[in-house]
Amino acid sequence: MLTLQQVSQLGLGQDSVGGWIMQIVFYGIFVIFMFYGQRIQVYIMIREVAGSLLKLKMMRDEARKVAIGAINEIGKPQTDPTAQVDRFLEYFALTPVDLDPSGIIWRLEHLLDVQDTRFKDDIKLMAPQADDIQINNLENTLEVALGLNIIYKVIRHFYLLGKKTLSLYVIMQVQMVLPMIMKEAEAYSSAIKAFQMGQPIGDGAGALVAAKLMRDYEKTKVEKDMVVAKVPIEGRTAYVLKAEGPGGNVGKPGEAIKQIMEQNEGKISLAILIDAAGKLEGEKTGEVAEGVGVVIGGPEVDKYKVEETALKYKVPVLAVAIKEDIGEAIAPMRKEIFDAVDGAIDRIKRVIRERTKEGDLVIIAGIGNSIGIGQ
Amino acid sequence: MEPSNPNANKISPFLLVIVMITLVLALAFIYMGLQAYLGDKFEDGSLNLTLGMALLAISTYLLFQTKRRPLKKGLEIQPLNTTVLCQKCGFKNVREFQRGDYVFKQIGDPCPKCSEKTLSISAVFREVKEKTKRSIMD
Repeated sequence: MLTLQQVSQLGLGQDSVGGWIMQIVFYGIFVIFMFYGQRIQVYIMIREVAGSLLKLKMMRDEARKVAIGAINEIGKPQTDPTAQVDRFLEYFALTPVDLDPSGIIWRLEHLLDVQDTRFKDDIKLMAPQADDIQINNLENTLEVALGLNIIYKVIRHFYLLGKKTLSLYVIMQVQMVLPMIMKEAEAYSSAIKAFQMGQPIGDGAGALVAAKLMRDYEKTKVEKDMVVAKVPIEGRTAYVLKAEGPGGNVGKPGEAIKQIMEQNEGKISLAILIDAAGKLEGEKTGEVAEGVGVVIGGPEVDKYKVEETALKYKVPVLAVAIKEDIGEAIAPMRKEIFDAVDGAIDRIKRVIRERTKEGDLVIIAGIGNSIGIGQ
Repeated sequence: MEPSNPNANKISPFLLVIVMITLVLALAFIYMGLQAYLGDKFEDGSLNLTLGMALLAISTYLLFQTKRRPLKKGLEIQPLNTTVLCQKCGFKNVREFQRGDYVFKQIGDPCPKCSEKTLSISAVFREVKEKTKRSIMD
């Protein structure tokens, strides 16, 4: 048995054995960190990325499963659609040449049209029994699965490259942006069920504003996948337009606004666009804000068309934004966003009263995905 | 529903052994530190106590790290509610969302209150119960 005195001798005194050992250990650690500090940091980062990669893989596999399930349930195909879905998930689109930017918008629009037609044709083949609304919803579902697959593959690329090279700078690139990427991936993952079930999503806030305004009026279809109604508001006539619902669809609001302005030979006093807009951390979901400019997200083809036509006819373009974050924009619509729609309508009416005269023509465009929102 | 991860609460036996060794060493150093203090060896005592506390912190940290958290595949989504409203009498019914529901959908069924076929879906949304926490950012 060790006496108390002997045990104390093993401790960390200046003259004790432990003290010497501790000094050696301390110098050892110092030398290891001097030469291998960066390598240790790389291993820690790789481990962190590996954890997120595993999560992304689970999300991707789940999204693929949901998409295949939805096609089988809705489309009732004769053959197993798994191989077609897997082919779809590997689909890619190249952006047009930007070395000579002249006419890039029209080339981009053409490519987007080709992509949309291609997607719809593929889905019709996968799900022959699906109607137009269901095809739109399935398209959105598969696009989410495609997005998750791309995110997974890009992160996996950097992870494997980092492991192969053990370069701090390779792995750091992905590790630094990983929280934002994971947030987006989580939002995609949660959104897939909403698209599959045809539920209204946060991005549909603008479309819902237009739907509420045009509800009891006659609607006509305009290019492409858009509906428009002539609505009397505050003694003015408003062309209210939105993407045709309730299928998942954003339409071509830019083309529709351009057509209306040209049909009226520019006699439009004001154009108001309403859309869901990304909120900053700390801002409340459902806050309504006003601004100037074309509030249309996405590949900017529609934004360009509205800007061009508004400039041609000198039509002032105002924006009303309903604030929400990326997760809320593609997840089922929150009550705060639904309630904010009435606030946005009040703002629109006030702007119309303040900025136009009675008898004027105005355009009110509800921008966003019309999934789960009729008209 | 999120499927539960079978490895969620499993602790690696190797890590558990390391945690146990670290914990025992920590307690031993703390004991030796206290003994040194009692024997008026303040320098030895503070060195031993510092090392003991550091090892205790490491073992606690390792113990929390070994408890794996279940992997979540996405944000938790609250159930969606559909509000059915009679355009004539204002009868309102809130029910769970069903496939095929959409905002402004006309429902063919007669209203339970006025028997007119004027029922339509007026709202579809989810309610998120957020924990209210006052902060300087408000």
